[in-house]
Amino acid sequence: MTLLLQANTFSLFSVNDLRLIAPELILTMCGCIALVMEVILPYKKSKWTAYFALTGIALAAFSLVMLWSGNRDSLPLSGFYGMVRIDGFALLFKFIFLVAAALAIGIATRFLDIEGEQHGEYYALVLFATVGMMFLGSGYDLILLYISLELMALTFYVLVAFTKREKRSNEAAMKYFLLGAFSSGILLYGMSLLYGIAGSTNVGEIGQSVAAIVGSVKTAEAGDAIKGLRPMLLLGMIALAAGLFFKISAVPFHMWAPDAYEGAPTSVTAFLSTGSKAASFALYARIFISALGDMRADWAPLLGLVAAITIFVGNWGAVTQENSKRLLAYSSISNAGYLLLGLVAGNLYGYVGIFIYLLVYTLMNMGAFGIVISLRRRGIIGDNVDDMAGLAHKAPGMAAMMAIFMLSLGGLPLTGGFMGKYYLLLGLWQRGQVEGKASGKTWYYWLAGWAIINIVISFYYYLRFIKVMYLGDRIADDKPLSLSPALRTALAVSVLGIIIIGVYPQPIISFAQDLIRQWMH
Amino acid sequence: MEGPQLSWYLALSAILFTIGVVGVIIKRNVIAMFMCIELMLNAVNLTFVAFSSYFRDVTGQLFVFIVMTVAAAEAAVGLGIIITIFRNRESLDVDEASVLKL
Repeated sequence: MTLLLQANTFSLFSVNDLRLIAPELILTMCGCIALVMEVILPYKKSKWTAYFALTGIALAAFSLVMLWSGNRDSLPLSGFYGMVRIDGFALLFKFIFLVAAALAIGIATRFLDIEGEQHGEYYALVLFATVGMMFLGSGYDLILLYISLELMALTFYVLVAFTKREKRSNEAAMKYFLLGAFSSGILLYGMSLLYGIAGSTNVGEIGQSVAAIVGSVKTAEAGDAIKGLRPMLLLGMIALAAGLFFKISAVPFHMWAPDAYEGAPTSVTAFLSTGSKAASFALYARIFISALGDMRADWAPLLGLVAAITIFVGNWGAVTQENSKRLLAYSSISNAGYLLLGLVAGNLYGYVGIFIYLLVYTLMNMGAFGIVISLRRRGIIGDNVDDMAGLAHKAPGMAAMMAIFMLSLGGLPLTGGFMGKYYLLLGLWQRGQVEGKASGKTWYYWLAGWAIINIVISFYYYLRFIKVMYLGDRIADDKPLSLSPALRTALAVSVLGIIIIGVYPQPIISFAQDLIRQWMH
Repeated sequence: MEGPQLSWYLALSAILFTIGVVGVIIKRNVIAMFMCIELMLNAVNLTFVAFSSYFRDVTGQLFVFIVMTVAAAEAAVGLGIIITIFRNRESLDVDEASVLKL
């Protein structure tokens, strides 16, 4: 009897599969321990939970590196009956998520102290959200992708509502929750239609069915039955695209972003605008490239159009903003548009651009929000652009860092933001050349030109921060900034990362190229 | 084949889904909006079950269990958020939640 039981468990999954999800297992474990620590530790020592969570992230990063270096030549690895797939794509995205989580914890300790909400659950929730993101990177089955998306989303609803005495936080959480759940419903409807087309929830098998349908439409000889599935396929594609537009805050479903970003605790806003966005892009790329890759001709124009409008609307909203969190929210909307260009490009440079830009974007947004946090203290919120007036006289170092973050967000050469935008546009340009020769389509060039015009416009509002900091004739207040070692470290790491990627990008780009090339073949 | 065909189920679930979407858009009470979202999820469940029995494949039914579990977790978090809002402002009308504006 015992033997039979053992035989069954062994056939259920092989223990070897566990090493594929070792980083996630470590993070889950640390999250559970962090929850217990919150109960045991007195309030004044809650920060220990933060350091513990950082240790957990470091361990997970270590095991991720081991996973990569141990299987460098045997990628992609697949486990749990094809549910989990470790390929170059998954490894790169997991790296971004770990960086985002570590920085989010680094800038959160100070913020929660100021707010008087230093609870250990915060760090546990950040870890759980990170687990969800990491499974979004490596999931290869709609069921797993859905669960991990919801794991991430549910923890973010709680995080946005974390300062529960604050009305703005409540309201942001309500709006984010309603629209998030709504968009998950739409996404799920798309998934159900894909299941109906393929009869399987595996992304690879869906990809084969989609290829068969698209092929049958082209040849027009195959039986009518399979051709009749095309409308359903289109409906599913549109439902998936719409649900994901919500998640990445692209037009026309971007309206929740400014409210949620402004009302949420600033440290959560930073994590929401980087980690959650990167994870949603991982899901986008996984579904649209691996499952719907053969429908490119159908979805590329849709995504291109949405990208063009998103870039413009984000810029337009940011130009007139006075609140810096809201301004950064609009900037993150327009950045979602630039990132969509990488998917529209759909070639090596486009994907490298998505990776580099998401990484740099994580660093610079975390940094910018970190500076906003350092301006905050009890009673004074420090959320307005004008609160930075005279920062250059009061704290030259911080002002210089903020200037670097802003110039990088704009995309000035020699900063990381430039490299990301350069590769995204280069990929789009190459795709334009290929398509131009094949079918005479020129809209790729127009799209690239439109993006460049908007990059120039975006400098207007990024430079406004610098103008206020350096040329303001007054100092907002002369109290010292509220800094902590963790916040200082997070800021320093962000600045260093941006400068290194901007000045000497070769190692990281060739690293990303190798992994992505492996993934594309 | 006995009983209704696959397309009937799909049509019903599409109608239910549309009712849910329209409800979320026009309702102004948080609880009512939340109920409409649940209706959308259940419409999706119906699609999954219909396909699952059509293909004689168990994956779709498995997905339904997962969706129901996640929906329960979502309800727990959502109602928690709704309670904090009610404590702070004694109203569940979304139009009155307007501290955050341009």
